Amino acid sequence: MKKRYSVFAIAKEAARHHLGWERAWAAPSPKPKYDAIIVGAGGHGLATAYYLGKNHGLRNVAILEKGWLGGGNTGRNTTIIRSNYLQDPSAAIYEKSRSLYETLSQDLNYNIMFSPRGVIMLAQTQAEIRGYQRTAHANALQGVKTEWIEPRRVKELCPIINLDGPRYPVLGGLYQARGGTARHDAVAWGYARACSDMGMDIIQQCEVTGVSTEAGKVTGVTTTKGDIACDKLGIVVAGHSSALADMAGFRLPIESVALQALVSEPIKPAMDVVIMANTVHGYMSQSDKGEMVIGGGTDGFNNYTQRGSFHHIEETVRALVETFPMISRLKMLRQWGGIVDMTGDRSPIISKTPVGGIFVNCGWGTGGFKAIPGSGWAMAELMAKGEPGPLAAEFTVDRFKVGKFIDESVAAGVAH
Amino acid sequence: MSTRLATGGRFIDRSQPRAFSFNGKRLRGYAGDTLASALLANDQMLVGRSFKYHRPRGVVAAGAEEPNGLVNLGKGQHFEPNQRVTTTELFDGLEAESQNHWPSLEFDVGAVNARLSRFLPAGFYYKMFIHPRSFWKHIYEPFIRASAGLGKAPKSRDADTYEHFHAHVDVLVIGGGISGLAAALAAGRAGVRVLLIEQTAHWGGRAPVDDPQINGLGAEEWINSTLQALEEMPNVQIRTRMMGAGVYDHGSVLCYEQLTDHIGPKDGPRHRLWQVRADRVITATGAIERPLSFAGNDVPGVMLAAALRDFVVNFGVSVGDRTVVVTNNDDAYRTAIVLKTAGLDVPCIVDARPAPTGELVAEARALGIRVEAGKGIAKVKGGKRVTAVALCAQAGEGAVLEEIPCDAVAMSGGWSPVVHLWSHCGGKLTWDEAGAMFRPDPDRPPTGADGEGFVLAAGTANGFLATSEALADAYAAGQIAAGIKKGKGPSALAPAEEPMAPVWMMPQGAAISLREKMWLDYQNDVKVSDVQLAAREGYESVEHTKRYTTLGMATDQGKLSNINGLAILSDSLGRPIPSVGTTTFRPPYTPISMGAIAGAARDGLFQPIRKTPMHGWHEANGAEFEPVGQWRRPYAFRRNGESTEAAVHREVKNTRDAVGLLDASTLGKLIVKGPDAGKFLDMLYTNMMSTLPVGKCRYGLMCSENGFLSDDGVVARIDEDTWLCHTTTGGADRIHAWMEDWLQCEWWNWKVYVANVTEQYAQVAVVGPKARMLLEKLGGGMDLSKEALPFMQWADGRIGDFDARVYRISFSGELSYEVAVPAGQGLAFWEALLAAGEEFGVMPYGTEALHIMRAEKGFIMIGDETDGTIIPQDLGLSWAISKKKDDYLGKRAHQRPHMTDPNRWKLVGLETTDGSVIPDGAYAVSEGVNDNGQRNTQGRVTSTYMSPTLGRGIAMGLILNGPDRMGELVEFPKIDGTSVTAKIVSPVFYDPEGEKQNG
Ligand SMILES: Cc1cc2nc3c(=O)[nH]c(=O)nc-3n(C[C@H](O)[C@H](O)[C@H](O)COP(=O)(O)OP(=O)(O)OC[C@H]3O[C@@H](n4cnc5c(N)ncnc54)[C@H](O)[C@@H]3O)c2cc1C
Repeated sequence: MKKRYSVFAIAKEAARHHLGWERAWAAPSPKPKYDAIIVGAGGHGLATAYYLGKNHGLRNVAILEKGWLGGGNTGRNTTIIRSNYLQDPSAAIYEKSRSLYETLSQDLNYNIMFSPRGVIMLAQTQAEIRGYQRTAHANALQGVKTEWIEPRRVKELCPIINLDGPRYPVLGGLYQARGGTARHDAVAWGYARACSDMGMDIIQQCEVTGVSTEAGKVTGVTTTKGDIACDKLGIVVAGHSSALADMAGFRLPIESVALQALVSEPIKPAMDVVIMANTVHGYMSQSDKGEMVIGGGTDGFNNYTQRGSFHHIEETVRALVETFPMISRLKMLRQWGGIVDMTGDRSPIISKTPVGGIFVNCGWGTGGFKAIPGSGWAMAELMAKGEPGPLAAEFTVDRFKVGKFIDESVAAGVAH
Repeated sequence: MSTRLATGGRFIDRSQPRAFSFNGKRLRGYAGDTLASALLANDQMLVGRSFKYHRPRGVVAAGAEEPNGLVNLGKGQHFEPNQRVTTTELFDGLEAESQNHWPSLEFDVGAVNARLSRFLPAGFYYKMFIHPRSFWKHIYEPFIRASAGLGKAPKSRDADTYEHFHAHVDVLVIGGGISGLAAALAAGRAGVRVLLIEQTAHWGGRAPVDDPQINGLGAEEWINSTLQALEEMPNVQIRTRMMGAGVYDHGSVLCYEQLTDHIGPKDGPRHRLWQVRADRVITATGAIERPLSFAGNDVPGVMLAAALRDFVVNFGVSVGDRTVVVTNNDDAYRTAIVLKTAGLDVPCIVDARPAPTGELVAEARALGIRVEAGKGIAKVKGGKRVTAVALCAQAGEGAVLEEIPCDAVAMSGGWSPVVHLWSHCGGKLTWDEAGAMFRPDPDRPPTGADGEGFVLAAGTANGFLATSEALADAYAAGQIAAGIKKGKGPSALAPAEEPMAPVWMMPQGAAISLREKMWLDYQNDVKVSDVQLAAREGYESVEHTKRYTTLGMATDQGKLSNINGLAILSDSLGRPIPSVGTTTFRPPYTPISMGAIAGAARDGLFQPIRKTPMHGWHEANGAEFEPVGQWRRPYAFRRNGESTEAAVHREVKNTRDAVGLLDASTLGKLIVKGPDAGKFLDMLYTNMMSTLPVGKCRYGLMCSENGFLSDDGVVARIDEDTWLCHTTTGGADRIHAWMEDWLQCEWWNWKVYVANVTEQYAQVAVVGPKARMLLEKLGGGMDLSKEALPFMQWADGRIGDFDARVYRISFSGELSYEVAVPAGQGLAFWEALLAAGEEFGVMPYGTEALHIMRAEKGFIMIGDETDGTIIPQDLGLSWAISKKKDDYLGKRAHQRPHMTDPNRWKLVGLETTDGSVIPDGAYAVSEGVNDNGQRNTQGRVTSTYMSPTLGRGIAMGLILNGPDRMGELVEFPKIDGTSVTAKIVSPVFYDPEGEKQNG
């Protein structure tokens, strides 16, 4: 068992100049065989491993990562957490996730800085008002706490907002008081430390290049660090899901596109909520470091470059300067892009596959950071039992065949 | 102390004093000063506080790489936080305030963090504040947030304006140092279109400070003659105060021009954002000097060696009276020589190399400067200002050999080429062992669409630090970029330099107590010990280290700290630097204003409002507007003091009882024409459109490939090969694009044209029992009788003085004519209708009345009854799906099992038992909860209104098997915990036989 993190541990270590801290996670070489292998040490992969161990006692597990853990979208996103989704299956898994976030720092003994500062989704057209009122009603029945608020309350919660933009005045908003943000890297690191602590092997710089099967069942993977056998394989690689599925011999309804984001230079606290303005297409929050964290739309074409492009930045910043006029005199410090895995209905896939023993978790697209704990929970259950539990039941890949979509673009244009 | 020298200063004009203030103190500088040089001239070394420990911070650099000197600049609507003092040009009346301290710069309570720094190592917050849980949100986090952040938040709206430029060139040269000039000269001579940009106000970069001979001329002379040559070339454009901010795919480069920042608030655009498309991009962005890591290297007065001499040569400012130079290379000797020549004291040059002997070393020695070889600095003494340095052996552990009093330290750890722009779009780097630096790898440049590299690094930015090599490289780059053969470029003469020696820590074996005082990132307070801690804890990837320690994440994005940090990391891991790699370079090179990014598209120009010809009339007549797409449509027309609701109800009643007018101009109107137009429309609509007779109208539905209803509208056949398709207001552009998508990508060989004529027509719906009378009164000779123009037909003709196309269609259930006239006559037509209609009690009505009337009649509304998950079959619209066609978009989807499932939610009418209105968005519940504990539902309301016609709440909704359950009661819980019960009824509440609309 690792040394616990606490203020006392820090004080103790300070006395010896912090030379006594041990590794947060080990750096093992792969064993020849594991009960289960997870491909992808993003948040979802690590959370899957964690709950496999914690909830299902499965600990002979390896997590293989081609780069560095948390280096995919888990380390690139704008960290918005909310669960006021419209459709029942979505609300269930995102709310499960949000509630796990509430105690995640304590569960992992790693401060992931969950900050339930409140999320407001602005309504700027009559159609949006109706859409959010529908969500509010749905959420009430789903056990998700959310409320419709009037413009005055929006202004109280976010004094820097401009309610009377000449183009799209703010007509109200859907407010989730216990939504917010968390520190994205810490989520990955916290899970990694806990997994390593349970005896699982996190193997970085280990790219999976092939999947071996026998009689329609998985037997192992080929990697840049050699062949590794397994009984169960979880593919949790976001934007690279199609590539992995291809190795295993099946196809996934996923498209990969770049999503852009940027931050401003840090300023003293000026905004204590997260605001999403879907009509004009932009959202903003202020990080604990003081930067305005800004996101917008996805590029209109598919690619894998993980680079920023500029046209969306322009569109997003323009929209947000209208919404928060003061940011006009802030400066953009950095922009970047991440490759997001988009499904046709903008909802994830947590599913069995045509190959026995292979399970896939992907399609979180532009909004999967908030889902990390819940998704890991549901995926672990699926992998451990071989059948989905209620959280994952509707998110099968088969739904695209039968047409049973879980469409979240219904109430809001974007779904971060 | 730091002060202005009696003579010197290339940039300043001593005849032009400039008054400015810092923290309220009135100070003076000269035209040509930067805020940094002016502050230093006034002995203001302390300029800010660091982020985490609130350590005192002084200026450390002289250019864009400065991490410390950040101020709040200006006031009110011109206020801007985090302005770099080293790149802020001084103007009269400039007002600056230092940042991140309370109550004052000199006495900052936050500095207690520095005393606690032992307890706040890298990543401390991940290990603390975990218990008790509620403390995080209420105590710990607010505290962390308040102490973070640098500048103040702007409070007012921005008073300045911004603009965007676009330019196309063959060669864009970024950087106006001698390399950039040489590259531009070469490309310019080749005759191609060249744009040369320089981020500062001055050409020539560093060269004039060090003054090598170029082509036999002094550096400044050569620069001037080159500029003159460039100015004479019609194919070359040059611009200062313009920075290359980012390089993107396809040769797209973002540039940032600061137009008025150097003269203060003024009319006209402040910044100009350029999008330059270049065939080839040359980055001649120079190099940045690296600090050295020794204990106390963050004490104000410790400065980069080159910056120190820049202040002397360019601004006539001495940073200190007694300056110790510490270095691992020859270049820093230039600083010692410059200082000594300016009459300042240089007590010692501390050189980590065992036996430096180069030309510059000899020159310094000849000036009588003491050189201590093989030595390092064990420690800098002083709090808010350097007071002395303690020397030690570089090879040792830091045992102090001697203390030298001084008030400035000039440090140089070697140079790093500026590879940012090279790297933005995928250019790769290679590690140069001799120079201990990353330089662009010429074999792995960013590539364009043709597979060729489109960025060339040139000169110092390409790793050629010696002037003669840099010039030759840059001139060749200009020629290659212009597509001509390499020829001979300018040659230079400068003192030869001996190799530098990489020194990543000083002294080499420093104990932890010293390493805890060696700063890597000055702004974010990241020290050598922090990077070592990260490595120890397994944050081994350079990205992990960066994120765990925040190294390089400050506003300078690690321009000074990255390489030094990387070297420490690689040492801790026992791996060579190139295998550790760098973090990713992202645009922009230095921060650019959001105002510039947004450009001119703000306020009224932010998504300009589309207006119908009658818009002005609506405004003048009490219209309350709602945004619909980019239009604003009248929601209702309020009359003398009535409520919006009363106005809506009046409009409905009046239209049902007499006659109403709706401005329907915003409805999409797409002309689809061509020999294959019928076939095309048959694929697009679920209905059969090819068989529609000329002169007739048909209500049509469009579905996505997944079968979901995406738009509806009336299609009119105009002639043999022309159809006019009406779309919803919000759908016009989307449907137009959808049609083009199919025509251009899938059915590109079909002979069909689509034209969006939405704005060519003004369209007025004349609705109500007296509609025909009103139109007939206007005259014109058109036969509008039921027989001549029955329901669902159209005709061209004249109404009054207007050319009109009249459609007998109805969205309200009333007798209705939709009349289209040329847009230019829209307002006149509207006014003519109002005047003629007075005797019939005509009134305009808005979108809300429209919605209510269509709901009373059971007509669906795209966006209300549909939400992207609804198929026509759910809405009782199976009649509009042709059974005769082989295919249409969505047909295959409609056959999927879930779509044909008999148990779907289907459209019905809902009548509340108590006459009240069901809240918008309410769900109908059924018994129990599902496996996730959510209340089971059996439907939802899609449109709900108080019907003025029926005097009660009516609604449409989707209910499980609804049409088979007429008369059953369902329950809709409200948010407030109560609920409302409604009876399932037919969705057509009004005139079910259709006598009125057909009449
Ligand atoms: C700009 C941006 C903003 C966003 N904002 C938000 C937000 O505000 N809120 C929110 O909830 N979500 C947001 N998201 C979405 C969110 O980031 C993702 O949905 C989520 O992080 C996905 O996590 P993951 O673990 O599935 O994927 P990743 O973190 O991408 O992890 C996948 C991992 O698989 C690895 N991998 C791939 N192929 C292989 C292989 N062959 N072998 C081994 N390993 C492999 C990758 O290296 C990677 O580490 C945003 C995304 C982006 C890009």
